[in-house]
Amino acid sequence: MLTAILAVSGLAAGFGLLLGFAAVRFRTEGDPVVDKIDALLPQTQCAQCGFPGCRPYAQAILNEGADINRCPPGGEATIRALADLLDREPKPLDPERGEEKPPAVAVIDERVCIGCTLCIQACPVDAILGAAKQMHTVIASECTGCELCIEPCPVDCIEMIPEPTTLTTWRWPKPDTSPGTTTTSPAWPKA
Amino acid sequence: MTELALILIATVLVNNFVLVKFLGLCPFMGVSRKLETAAGMALATTFVLTLSSVCSYLVNAWLLAPLGLEYLRTIAFILVIAALVQFTEMVVQKTSPLLYQVLGIYLPLITTNCAVLGVALLNIQEAHGLLESMVYGFGAALGFSLVMVMFAGIRERVAVADVPVPFQGAAIALITAGLMALGFMGFAGLVKG
Amino acid sequence: MSSERRLWRFHGGLHLPGHKALSNTEPLDIAPLPARLVHPVAQHIGSPSEPIVEVGEKVLRGQPLTRANGYVCSPVHAASSGTVVSIGPHPVPHPSGLDAECVIIRTDGHDSPYEGFPPLSNYQTLNAPALRARVRECGIVGLGGAAFPTAVKLNAGVGMRLLILNGAECEPYISCDDSLMRHRAVEIIAGAQVMLHALEIRHCCIAIEEDKPEALDSLEAALKRADDPRIEVTRVPAIYPEGGERQLIEVLTGKQVPAAGIPADIGMLCHNVGTAAAVARAVLYGEPLISRVITVTGHGGAHPRNLEVRLGTPMADVVASCGGYTSEARHLIMGGAMMGFSLSTDAVPVIKASNCLLVGSPEDIKPRQQSMPCIRCGECAQVCPAQLLPQQLYWHARAEEFDKLEPFNLFDCIECGCCDLVCPSQIPLTQYFRFAKSEIWARERERRQSDVARERFENRKSRIELAEAERKKRLEAKTRALKKSGSSAASKAVIDEVMARVKAKEAAAAPPSRHEDAD
Repeated sequence: MLTAILAVSGLAAGFGLLLGFAAVRFRTEGDPVVDKIDALLPQTQCAQCGFPGCRPYAQAILNEGADINRCPPGGEATIRALADLLDREPKPLDPERGEEKPPAVAVIDERVCIGCTLCIQACPVDAILGAAKQMHTVIASECTGCELCIEPCPVDCIEMIPEPTTLTTWRWPKPDTSPGTTTTSPAWPKA
Repeated sequence: MTELALILIATVLVNNFVLVKFLGLCPFMGVSRKLETAAGMALATTFVLTLSSVCSYLVNAWLLAPLGLEYLRTIAFILVIAALVQFTEMVVQKTSPLLYQVLGIYLPLITTNCAVLGVALLNIQEAHGLLESMVYGFGAALGFSLVMVMFAGIRERVAVADVPVPFQGAAIALITAGLMALGFMGFAGLVKG
Repeated sequence: MSSERRLWRFHGGLHLPGHKALSNTEPLDIAPLPARLVHPVAQHIGSPSEPIVEVGEKVLRGQPLTRANGYVCSPVHAASSGTVVSIGPHPVPHPSGLDAECVIIRTDGHDSPYEGFPPLSNYQTLNAPALRARVRECGIVGLGGAAFPTAVKLNAGVGMRLLILNGAECEPYISCDDSLMRHRAVEIIAGAQVMLHALEIRHCCIAIEEDKPEALDSLEAALKRADDPRIEVTRVPAIYPEGGERQLIEVLTGKQVPAAGIPADIGMLCHNVGTAAAVARAVLYGEPLISRVITVTGHGGAHPRNLEVRLGTPMADVVASCGGYTSEARHLIMGGAMMGFSLSTDAVPVIKASNCLLVGSPEDIKPRQQSMPCIRCGECAQVCPAQLLPQQLYWHARAEEFDKLEPFNLFDCIECGCCDLVCPSQIPLTQYFRFAKSEIWARERERRQSDVARERFENRKSRIELAEAERKKRLEAKTRALKKSGSSAASKAVIDEVMARVKAKEAAAAPPSRHEDAD
């Protein structure tokens, strides 16, 4: 009886020592997985996901098990990419978080702007140019469409304009092969 | 030498632990959706299986048998396996944090993987020596890895194919596994015993 | 001298009925001058060029309308003299049907020439950069359909061994190169000579498919008169897509262009025969690229034939000069039967890349049947000239698993359409590949934008944190200074200072408000 207890305890103690040594030897620093998740998010910093920015959301996905379907600007493409990276099931976008909208940029109506700088302070990527009592304007190429500037504006002079498609940004549509549809291109030679 | 080669072929193909003995089905079904994850899991399990096979043989030969404590075999082996899995977890977290994240709960679940305990106990039952235990454990791991990777590859293809709605997901996966098991039955009789 | 050169075979390909007799029996005609010319500022691969003329300005034939904006860019020239009536959006030939910026000219009928490009008849005395500069300022781009700026392609660097002039023209219905070779062979040979000089190499091979015997004879005769041992004419088998530059290089030399590489990587350079003729005209006559040969074909047009048209001519005018539409006309396609795309309107102009206008009747274009599931037969892989696996590309493109497409070399697909033609399930494979390519490019763009946004956000965050930290430090220093002095006299001094500042501000603010009351 005593030998049994001693034997098992001895075994446990031995392994405990080994594991303790390993824990010290194999300690990890930093969190490269968060970087990988953050790299997939669209960086609009709009907080529609409920977290104060893209990196906090990435951390929440990793550490708190937050759902991967909370990002409306990222849309379905981001959900699928996250699902692929973390080997989770892709889900449809959470409707409570917002809906997927086409890319848009903010435009300030210069006739109405009073130069209060409230929108400049709200913009997370410094895309609004201006100063106190000077005209404000949005730098369209830097605007991510996060819509955080619309609320603070006291005179409601900011509008979201959808980005027009140009020849370089136009995408081929996915072929529709559902029953009842036919396509005619490429054109067929008379065979 | 031939004895060892036969043990290897037997454990990898003829008596494959997953498809013939039906042990270790939990990670087989749970981690096989992506090929990279499956390969990572297979590697981790190989590590644990080979080491635990040797360690449990040593614990049995040097501690339990001399002291006449054979009845403590199950507890002792679980202790060995749990410690090794914990060690493996730390190594995986250090070398590939992403794999660690993706494997999630399945990594510590190797402890309760019946294939790992099965190998340890079967070694005793078959009265293997040290070298034979090592080859047996390694062969079991190799067979497990082979089947995991094959299954993951098939599952990736099935995921984008036109599967009828009632069959989508786990259903078609299980049917595929069953067909694979049928295929492996063809190896029966390849090695006597 | 038609060379008995050893030829190789490229993988896959199909023998297709040519339908060339529909359009290549007539001599090359010259289309009449249209009333309006529409010149898109982006007719080439690369960045759009910048307009340098204004609305209302009078321009001459061959006058530059735009300036090349960047290295991979090409200027656009007025195809005839007239007045610029507008610079703005106008429908252009593109699968999207979108508008693009165009310079629109109302012609005056005089066709007065611009004298800004003197003929360089002694071009042999010029060096390569000078010749390339002339090719660039004359707006020459690849006329085989790709429209890549020729000056950039001629800047291939050292190690070039062979210049290939592509007269293969493998696609069904197109016969513009055939026509050019029959009637303008001298220009093509001259162009080859200019290019050889510009590239500083000594070997040129003109490849013609065997279904064009008249073109072969014509070029051989021109070559005999030119008596240039550096150039040879070779006959190649008529297989689609032999005219693809990678396939042609493999047939002529047995070497494969590496995946994701260009022919210059293995010392080869391939130009269309039309491009060579344009280079000859630019260098020898000082004529910029203002016209090209276009095939108008199909049973939907009354009089299918080859025409030399001015660039910028609306397609409606082109069809009209070929007798107009017949009652059978159903489709208007720019390009050939395999790689062409539908035009939404005939108001779009002829651009540098327009090699063919196919007015299709139901006899020419059959609608596809309903596509069925892929049965993994592998026929598509058998015919792919790029040795790709269209089946795998299809599965992953359909499932939108774009990262999995990378190891299958999606971007080596030349979109020839061979796999579409042989698929027993009638799956529109090329459409899937185009969709996948544009999705991948769009995602790449989005990733770059989000990287920039992340950087700006991080910078802003650190700037705010820095300002906050500094403010805290100043505040702490002040409180410490106050505590140090301790006496009420010191604190009174601080309060006095603040009060003085406030009074000064009020005094400064007072006069303007009085002005406002006066208003």
